[in-house]
Amino acid sequence: MLQGFRDPKLMCLFGGVLFLLIVSSLVGRILKSASKTEASRATIDNLNARIRAWWKMCLLFGFSLLVGRTGSLVMFGIISFLAMREYMTLVPTRRGDHRTLFWSFFVIMPLQYYLIGIQWYGLFAIMIPVLAFVFIPTSIALSGDTEHFLERAAKIQFGIMICAYCLSHAPALLLLDIPGFQGHDARLLLYLVIVDQMSDVLQYVWGKLIGRHKIAWRVSPNKTWEGFVGGVLTATALGTALWWATPFTPAQSAALSFTICILGFCGGLVMSAIKRDIGIKDFGVVIEGHGGILDRIDSLCFAAPIFFHLVRYFFVP
Amino acid sequence: MSDGIHPIASLLAAVARGITGVQVQWAGCQPDVKQRIYFANHTSHLDFVVLWSALPSEIRALTRPVAAKDYWEETPLRRYLTEKVFKAVLVERGATAKTKNHEEGHFVGRHLIEDLAVALGKKNSLILFPEGTRGDGKQLGEFRAGLYHLALRRPDVELVPAYLENLNRILPKGEFLMVPMLSLLTFGKPLQVEPHEEKEVFLGRAREAVSSLRRIGPA
Repeated sequence: MLQGFRDPKLMCLFGGVLFLLIVSSLVGRILKSASKTEASRATIDNLNARIRAWWKMCLLFGFSLLVGRTGSLVMFGIISFLAMREYMTLVPTRRGDHRTLFWSFFVIMPLQYYLIGIQWYGLFAIMIPVLAFVFIPTSIALSGDTEHFLERAAKIQFGIMICAYCLSHAPALLLLDIPGFQGHDARLLLYLVIVDQMSDVLQYVWGKLIGRHKIAWRVSPNKTWEGFVGGVLTATALGTALWWATPFTPAQSAALSFTICILGFCGGLVMSAIKRDIGIKDFGVVIEGHGGILDRIDSLCFAAPIFFHLVRYFFVP
Repeated sequence: MSDGIHPIASLLAAVARGITGVQVQWAGCQPDVKQRIYFANHTSHLDFVVLWSALPSEIRALTRPVAAKDYWEETPLRRYLTEKVFKAVLVERGATAKTKNHEEGHFVGRHLIEDLAVALGKKNSLILFPEGTRGDGKQLGEFRAGLYHLALRRPDVELVPAYLENLNRILPKGEFLMVPMLSLLTFGKPLQVEPHEEKEVFLGRAREAVSSLRRIGPA
């Protein structure tokens, strides 16, 4: 229990996150009392709500990391569950998909995390892209309902790839056996999450401050070139500055955090496109009340698997 | 009826909330221990459990479901759930239609309403699905007359409409495995039978009150 406490560098990372949260809470409070107009007040209320959500998430995440590998697996398993519940709510499924969905939620997804737990890398890597890929269309076909067959199979496969397979690569970092870094994998996971989420936050902040030119306004009206460049550069700088907590040199850390930032951006963009496609406005009510788990983790879903494989390829002999 | 909530009932309510992540909105009234009849659309076995779990625990302890006798007495498990766990009031569906003549039908109908009035007693509330059966979630069925007669018999009890969304995708009719999805529950403004109001007029109004609470357009 609480093996994380024995790692001073991990504690430093946590301390940094805590410091950042305290500062942002203070800034949020100052901004609130300084805001004059109705519009700015709405923006700042939104900002403060985000900061409150961050506190909760960080405390939960921090606790799960301290508990060790099982804690992280359970935590990410729950996030996968919530994200997939959200995704399947939004995607129109048919009565014939019911059993397939049931197996996806209660067998395939838990199995994916269980495989990390027992450190079976081979099966972990092919479970969803190969086995589930064969299982899902077969199971839908067995239901006898062939209307929109290809669409339904594709939507379910995509959902489980994003919410279970991609995301599970974040806690799978704890599997990696990096020479000279044994027992410190929790830092690597925290590093990924910090750089990825800070890139989101900083893109939002830079976009709000100096954002002018839209990148893909049809898909996501809030993404601007200024926000993108500013966010990616500052988050990369931050990631580089955290090299001491990782097995990387400063240059490697810079390259890896740059990759995380770019992929995070791609994830956000793709998820926005999906939401436009399925017309989120109808089900927006459901999501808003729940804070939108998918919105928070879309960047991580794209960054985690690539980061995992880069580290595995270059740092694990 | 003994007070207190059966532990299995609490467990089932917690599971239902975890699977459905139900987001509750009290749009037309606030939660209250006063005697009420909650009436809602019916598409899934989860309807009752989710609606019940959305009530604060002190109200929950006083609120009983109304369930169809023919269905819920069929197997020992169903009997256990209705009798012991949820303390349901069992009614015979279409009892009046099965009788030989008008008088007998009238008698049976009155008997049924009397049962429900007794179940309400001095402090209990009821959860009722006036469609009488589970629909496909696309369209609201016609309401049965029981709600009207019960409302006349107990004018002191508030009639609260409610709408449950997306539950038919989580546990559809004829299925026993649940799929996790988000759902919505909206409580509307209480309504009453107006003086001299015709049965059909009131039932139409009650049905409209339920369907107007729908937050997501038809898929």
